Amino acid sequence: MNDTLISLAIIFSQLSLLAFGGGNTILPEMQRQVVEVHHWMPASEFSALFALAQAAPGPNLMVVTLVGWHVAGWAGMLVSSVAKFGPSSIVTILALKAWERFKDRPWRKYAQAGLVPVTAGLVAASAALIARASDTTLIAWVITAVCAVVAFKTRVHPLWLLAAGSLLG
Amino acid sequence: MDKIADNMDQNLSAAEAGLAPPPTVSEIFSGFLGLGLISFGGALPLARRAIVEQRRWLSASDFTDLLGLCQFLPGGNVINLSVAIGMRFRGLPGALAGILGLIAGPSLVVIGLGVLYEHTQNDPHIRHLFAGLAAAAAGLLISMAVKIVLPLWRKPVATIIALLGFVAIALLRFPLLPTMLVLTPLSIYLASRTAR
Repeated sequence: MNDTLISLAIIFSQLSLLAFGGGNTILPEMQRQVVEVHHWMPASEFSALFALAQAAPGPNLMVVTLVGWHVAGWAGMLVSSVAKFGPSSIVTILALKAWERFKDRPWRKYAQAGLVPVTAGLVAASAALIARASDTTLIAWVITAVCAVVAFKTRVHPLWLLAAGSLLG
Repeated sequence: MDKIADNMDQNLSAAEAGLAPPPTVSEIFSGFLGLGLISFGGALPLARRAIVEQRRWLSASDFTDLLGLCQFLPGGNVINLSVAIGMRFRGLPGALAGILGLIAGPSLVVIGLGVLYEHTQNDPHIRHLFAGLAAAAAGLLISMAVKIVLPLWRKPVATIIALLGFVAIALLRFPLLPTMLVLTPLSIYLASRTAR
């Protein structure tokens, strides 16, 4: 295993365990590691990969697979995927039993309630960072703003918005 | 013997609740494979429809309870759900079948898009296409953030926690680990105080 693969494994297994509130909360840290700490790609490229992953089907964080592949080929993809999906899955398996037992304990409610605002702040940070990196031109800003408003106000399928955005760009 | 009796019990209670018999490992794999391939822009609403309404693996309340756990734990909600459902019905092989099924299809699609991107990114037209795509994806993320943040407005404590998280991560660019080690216990403590 070379250094890049080891770095990928460390970064994504750490992110896997920190991803409270779903995948989008760890996007800023992933960007920080990939762009600022390891200089594997510029911020604009990270945003492009994120966008590609959003255009693909499946769960939220397929960008992990793509970053691993982009940085270190098939081995990178494999290492990143296992590191990203393995640790959180093991936690889920371990927690499944305990969850039933503690169903009615009050601290379970407090922990759930307490995580909500943290998640909200992190998702907002993700949105800000991704928008700043993607939107280098005026037209890009307009596309972002229109998409945000339309997605918020209507129930248009996200894929249509992505398609419209690419055509306008 | 116990195992057979258990299975019969499961089958009986499943039939009473209008549920399908417990899925096999390969049914778990193919179920999540299908889900992975059709779920664009977040798999959660589709996951509910497939698992509760179409395949009838879980009742609506069981689904909600399991989802509660998955949202509480680190990791993507639907990823955790695939592990939890697989584990519940068929133990470790089931859990493995669930998550592999869910990510197999999307992984291949996303790599295909990546290849396409690397081969075409120097073409100016394609560049604009990807720039537009990235801008639209950023817009979707903003709308999602607004939907999550908006319900907090009337709760000053929660708003302050969210704001601190935003400033630390987006503006000061602090690493995630120390930020969460400070904010999460603080937020849970405050939540338990205001609940009393």
